[in-house]
Amino acid sequence: METILFYILSALIVVFSIASVSSRKILRAVTYLLFVLIAISGIYFLVDYSFLGAVQLTVYGGGVIVLIIFSVLLVHHIELELEVTPIKRKIIAGLISVVGLGITLWAIYTFPFTNATNYKSIEVADIGRKLLGYGDGGFILPFEVISVLLLAVMVGAIVIAKGKKLNE
Amino acid sequence: MNIPLNITKTIHDWLFSIMPEGVATVTEWVIVAAAYLALFAVAGLYLVLLERKVAAWFQLRLGPNRVGPWGIFQTMADALKLVSKELTSNANIDKFLYNLAPYFVILSSLIAIGVFPFSRQFQALDINIGIFFLFAVSSIGVIGILLAGWSSNNKFAMIGAMRSGLQTISYELSVGLSMLTMVLLTGSLQLSEIIEVQRTGGWLILQGHIPAIIAFMIFMIAGTAETNRAPFDLVEAESELGAGFHTEYSGMKFAYFFLAEFINMFIIASIAVVLFFGGWLSPFGITDDITWFPETIWFVIKVLGIIFLMMWFRWTFPRLRVDQLLTLEWKYLLPINLVNLVLMAIIIWLNWTI
Repeated sequence: METILFYILSALIVVFSIASVSSRKILRAVTYLLFVLIAISGIYFLVDYSFLGAVQLTVYGGGVIVLIIFSVLLVHHIELELEVTPIKRKIIAGLISVVGLGITLWAIYTFPFTNATNYKSIEVADIGRKLLGYGDGGFILPFEVISVLLLAVMVGAIVIAKGKKLNE
Repeated sequence: MNIPLNITKTIHDWLFSIMPEGVATVTEWVIVAAAYLALFAVAGLYLVLLERKVAAWFQLRLGPNRVGPWGIFQTMADALKLVSKELTSNANIDKFLYNLAPYFVILSSLIAIGVFPFSRQFQALDINIGIFFLFAVSSIGVIGILLAGWSSNNKFAMIGAMRSGLQTISYELSVGLSMLTMVLLTGSLQLSEIIEVQRTGGWLILQGHIPAIIAFMIFMIAGTAETNRAPFDLVEAESELGAGFHTEYSGMKFAYFFLAEFINMFIIASIAVVLFFGGWLSPFGITDDITWFPETIWFVIKVLGIIFLMMWFRWTFPRLRVDQLLTLEWKYLLPINLVNLVLMAIIIWLNWTI
């Protein structure tokens, strides 16, 4: 059953990624991208890593895609279509993606996978301890660095959005 | 994949005794899905009727009273009418997205409903990130509204969708943070475990005293805003935008949006019941020892209480303006919520919980 579900989800990912890059209507492309992201989160649920699946849904589905749709809504009229990409750029993009695919396949086929023994599903509490742990294998430094980065981004956004005062 | 389907063990055993394992699993999925769809439809229809009755009561009217005794078949008749209506659309729409949008809204609320523990046994999906999963799934619903507004090729629908986006992105923060405040108390995201915590220690709204009450108030305000109901129904403000994002929809597609609104209200009320009022636990544990007692009754009573509160909001307060809506969230609710979170952490740290 898991195998069948995996193949269904993978097929969805492949089909909708191709649809996403080849669609000429921008909001349709975004919707196909959303389907790809939801299918990826489905794969996370399938391997019993439901935390990452839910993060995928919240961050990409509820956050990134909503922001993209929002900006499309602001600037794009329904009758507009994207221009056709010149053939040269298509070839370059195709070549780059083939190289990426090659590297990924090489990594997967050379990695010595072993069957997991005494497996137990990951609790959120474990993730929290790892994320804020400063001992061996803790992630406190990247966590803090990322929060500083986010703060900088927020300050930047506020400065840009505020603009100049009227009396200046 | 590990989905414990613990609705009723008897049906499960019986199914597996008469069929091969694979077929029995699929049959079980179908039965569970059908049960939840039935629940979804019945809850949706009767919440609509309840809303109309409550509205009539508040406005000193009788409300629907023609179809069946006290009008209890009114919404069924409405549903039949909506099913038989023609599905219209205007020119130059994006057909694909236009037809897709209602399903986003309805599917996200349908998935969310499967996580709730209606009683000890009645829960379809008990994953260890329950609350977070609810949050994740309900964040998908707004995409349906945005797509509906854009693909309708109608200015009013578009403005409605933009307002909805603003509102949901802002108020999701408050909903999430107030849920997080309560999760601090339970130490678990799993819904069944959150209820177990309350069996011994009393309902969470009592355990966490002051911060819990503040969190409950913020949750109710932000939850009402999340469901796009009055006083936060700028999305479909009738006097300004026609019907907002679903102006161009007719028949069943309109009914999907309409049903989803009421189911979302049910979901918000259920989250409130699980997080603050002990889920299916009885008050003072009066029926906890009776094994045959259907605990679902307590759950439904509490949910209906919260839903009545939300309907009370709707028929009492006037609609907010967009700037007031955003001021309320970003300048009041969010700072209060952050302070409240720290307060709750301090209370747990010093062990001041009851």
